[in-house]
Amino acid sequence: MWSRPHLLGIEGLDASEVGYLLDRAASFLGPMPKTDALHGRVIVNLFFESSTRTRTSFEIAGKKLGADVINVSPSTSSVSKGETLLDTIRNVEAMHADILVLRHASSGAPQFLAKHARSSIVNAGDGTHEHPTQALLDVLTMRKRLGDLKGCIVAICGDILHSRVARSNALLLGLLGANVRLTGPRTMLPREAARLGPTVTIMPTLSDAVEGADVVMMLRIQNERFSGAALPTTREYTKTFGLNTAMLGRAKPNALVMHPGPINRGVEITSAIADGGQSVILDQVAAGVAVRMAVLEAVGRTRGAA
Amino acid sequence: MIDALVFRRVRAIDPHAGLDAVVDVVVERGRITRVGRDAAHNVPESDRVRVFNGEGLWLLPGLIDLHAHVREPGYESKEDVTSALRAAAAGGFVDICAMPNTQPINDSKTITEFLVAKARAAGGTRLHPIGAITVGQEGERLTEMADLRDAGAVGLSDDGRCVTSSAVMRSALEYASMFDLPIIQHAEDHALTEGAQMHEGWVSTKLGLRGWPRVAEDVIVARDLMLAEYTNARYHLAHASTEGSVRLLHEAKSRGIRATAEVTPHHLLLTHENVLGYETACKVNPPLREAHDVDALRKALADGTIDCIATDHAPHGLLDKDCEFDRASPGMIGLEICLPLMMGLVNDGAFSLSRLIDSLTRAPARIVGLPPPEIRETAEANLILYDPQAEWTIEAAALRSKGKNTPFLGRAVRGRVLATIVTGRVIFEAEEQHAGSR
Repeated sequence: MWSRPHLLGIEGLDASEVGYLLDRAASFLGPMPKTDALHGRVIVNLFFESSTRTRTSFEIAGKKLGADVINVSPSTSSVSKGETLLDTIRNVEAMHADILVLRHASSGAPQFLAKHARSSIVNAGDGTHEHPTQALLDVLTMRKRLGDLKGCIVAICGDILHSRVARSNALLLGLLGANVRLTGPRTMLPREAARLGPTVTIMPTLSDAVEGADVVMMLRIQNERFSGAALPTTREYTKTFGLNTAMLGRAKPNALVMHPGPINRGVEITSAIADGGQSVILDQVAAGVAVRMAVLEAVGRTRGAA
Repeated sequence: MIDALVFRRVRAIDPHAGLDAVVDVVVERGRITRVGRDAAHNVPESDRVRVFNGEGLWLLPGLIDLHAHVREPGYESKEDVTSALRAAAAGGFVDICAMPNTQPINDSKTITEFLVAKARAAGGTRLHPIGAITVGQEGERLTEMADLRDAGAVGLSDDGRCVTSSAVMRSALEYASMFDLPIIQHAEDHALTEGAQMHEGWVSTKLGLRGWPRVAEDVIVARDLMLAEYTNARYHLAHASTEGSVRLLHEAKSRGIRATAEVTPHHLLLTHENVLGYETACKVNPPLREAHDVDALRKALADGTIDCIATDHAPHGLLDKDCEFDRASPGMIGLEICLPLMMGLVNDGAFSLSRLIDSLTRAPARIVGLPPPEIRETAEANLILYDPQAEWTIEAAALRSKGKNTPFLGRAVRGRVLATIVTGRVIFEAEEQHAGSR
């Protein structure tokens, strides 16, 4: 069951809470009529970083649950006038927002706000820390195809250092008993990366990580990583950590290929694989709406009568 | 008007003087005139004589802090000379050194003179400015060090910024040595710490915060020690935080290089795990490290590899800490809580009481060339009366510093400064003089 006012991260959740959200989300998969579970509730999508997929997904999820959903982005907010994050949130709360969906560049911003907020905070990605709904939708996608994930091998490849997706997945997959292999250029692996989750193993090369895997999850490599000293060129990155057909052949037959998007086609993944039969990238997007419905409903229900 | 102070049957402790005994101590006209059993028996009762019943209490040499941020000029909302000196007096400090990263930066005689004058007017704890090494702390051109010294500066530092250029550092060491001023380095290779929020380790990995690796300190310390050796100049390492720094210092000292170092109470007590939960009170520069660093620092303080304890008192306003972690200002206050926190480590056996006293009195005095506070006849009376048994809880409301930013709020501590005496004047007295077990 679920009794938390916020969803700040995967960290701290237990198996029964995760199980509840995933089961509930599974029931929302596929075309769904609108419900009135959150009728009269106000959800504010506060996205301090740009995002199309996640914001749209939360917006659709909120609307499907009958809530009123408002989007606020920094260009239209008073943040550009120097208002603090806390003041921005207090102003939004003064307008009787029930749930704040927060995307913010500062790691820990949702934890900070939760100490002060009267509304429910849902973390839609904080800095390089967590992205809990992404991990939930990834796992929902995996469970639909693979069933129980206990003992499954999930390879997560790329810029682990800056990836909130990797962090949340390492925690969530560990909670569900899946084995997580992390790999990427050494300059993109954080110190003591093996401590990111209870079942994490660090792999030196992409082929080591992919070998025998049930799932291969490729992370987006940001172009800005090639401007400093951390990585030489996209060409070399593709050569060493890009997923191509031959490399995918090392995974289990019919292994799932995942990517949180947006994809750099031809860099971390070839188009043939992204669009191929093993790719579940668009299933992930579809699962996103279901997961966000489950999360919004769960935290919304902890708030008493509208 | 008080002419004399009398401490009756107090345990007077001054390791350098080989003193640790229950005695009477008499202070007249600013100096200690008598120390000994029943030394006060013939002091006449008078309203011009202040008598402290010292039973169960300790009398210690007054403390010296090499590293405090008084924030004035420029950031008076965080702290000013008056509030910092009040906090210092309450913490048992008779001398504090003020770091130059104010606004404007103390890189000139004018600011140094301003600080000296302001502190004299405030009375109480004495303030000794530390001038910048480079103009504007920009790491390029040397400041007018002769001028700074003449105005009252006792050392030079670009604290908050590291002197990264080896050429500038070499010049600074050579030039400052003409005036016997120590160069106090904030050792941080900024290229390795760009955007850093905390120690680089498993906690930064977990929290997704940019890491400040140990090696960013170690590479600067290693280079600086080589430069200190080459120039035969005095080098002082501010707020040592790593096991590597300790190792390098140990090696350098064993070969006679003129290097000294300080460590803060928080680096002796806390680790990066205290940051978990995005605790901005624990954001500090250099960052809180790991348990083996803490162990190494404690041992180094115990064996003298690290010479002294300095607070790095860094007051901030509430909003500077009540925000996202990466927007929070680094630093924590220390003046008022240093002694009881460090006494806790003595009680835990990390180092001896005599080493603690030395590290807060004689050792820092030697580094910046101040007369060391001591308990012996004819010495200037710079003392603290301390209740080793008093139990109290660190609370924001009771702190005299404008900054309340410390992770030790709510911590129960034992030991309390009851009075601070500078040149025979009582500059601080705890409200509950009767506190403790007597």
